[in-house]
Amino acid sequence: MAETLLLRVVTPERLVLDEEVDEVTAPGTLGEFGVLPNHVTFLSSLQPGRLSYKRGGQVHILATSSGFAEVKDNVMTVLADSAEFASEINVERARAALQAAEESLRTLAAMDAAFSEVLAARQRAQVRIEVASAGVGINR
Amino acid sequence: MATLKAIRRRVSSVRNIQQITKAMKMISAARLRRAQEAAFAARPYAGKLEEVLQNLAQSQTLAHPLLTAREEHNIDLVFITSDRGLCGGFNANLIRTAETFIREHRAQKVTLSLVGRRGFDYFKRRPVTIVEQHINLFGRLTAALAHEIGTRMSQRFLNGETDAVYILYARFRSALVQVPTIDRILPVIAKERSVTDVPLEYVYEPEPQTLLASLLARYIDMLIYRAMLESVASEHGARMTAMDNATNNAVDMIERLTLDMNRARQAGITRELLEIVSTGEALK
Repeated sequence: MAETLLLRVVTPERLVLDEEVDEVTAPGTLGEFGVLPNHVTFLSSLQPGRLSYKRGGQVHILATSSGFAEVKDNVMTVLADSAEFASEINVERARAALQAAEESLRTLAAMDAAFSEVLAARQRAQVRIEVASAGVGINR
Repeated sequence: MATLKAIRRRVSSVRNIQQITKAMKMISAARLRRAQEAAFAARPYAGKLEEVLQNLAQSQTLAHPLLTAREEHNIDLVFITSDRGLCGGFNANLIRTAETFIREHRAQKVTLSLVGRRGFDYFKRRPVTIVEQHINLFGRLTAALAHEIGTRMSQRFLNGETDAVYILYARFRSALVQVPTIDRILPVIAKERSVTDVPLEYVYEPEPQTLLASLLARYIDMLIYRAMLESVASEHGARMTAMDNATNNAVDMIERLTLDMNRARQAGITRELLEIVSTGEALK
């Protein structure tokens, strides 16, 4: 039995992470889920949130936007639109995005086509700010 | 023969042009490298996404409107060109391919979605329907733009406004070779399940049907994004080659003009000598 699993995080822009880790916690659309080595073959969609993984007793976190996670043969592949470590996040930009989203939410009705997009944008911004403030000191 | 002064002026103007083409060539070479890296960086994502989608489509008997082919009456063509010129036959080749495509589908109605000013400038005065255009982006083709186009195209397909969506772009072979390529985006055709493949038993969350819908949307965005990256790399490759040729031509031209200039100067000297000698003779 394997002791660790391989975590691979890829976005359209780059390969963010490719490492052996002990444990992963991911933000699934139906709720957060944990993955340990030798997990059953599994496919889930992800919502914007905090992806954390443990390696050698240390916890690392990433802010991811929506995507997918696949677990197969002890390899977990995360396909996300974006994934950033706390140190890579531009907090100013996230704050501005959050504000812009809040403002347009006030004028939009829940029926509008853009409503869900704006909601998603707000969530992405919130996650980024959260991870940036929480991640200081424990990320690489 | 042109006067000495006129030739000198031409030499200096050609030299100026040469400096510009040389600079452009170097800029394109740097941008080409970056564009190639971006295209390369997108590969793991694209490969994995395709794999997951195929796995899902094969392990389940799923139907989805975006997977269903129907008779093609209306066709959409996403056409990617560059915003700037001075890149040799890059845009001309693409436009020719687009024209051929439209001619081949005369029986159907072809609607264009244009990325890049060159393609737009060409088609805006012609009798074709343009559903949208994205111009003056100067190579900043982002995943967000791909998503925007992908969403629009999927919507048109689902509404029945179009029966198939194709994308035309320059596939990057090398700095010297860019191939105008037409790929189909919609409907997405799942690969036939091969007999040797053992379908993987996945645990799905949420249910497969919902997963498939969002996977398909991402897959389409990715196809468009990948085409954009290829196109940007091709554009820089084409410009680099074109500017290299221009620089070499300028070198040749300067050489020829220098010869002319020397000849004109020598002719002047000979004429003056003759004049002096014949004046001397006349005075005897």
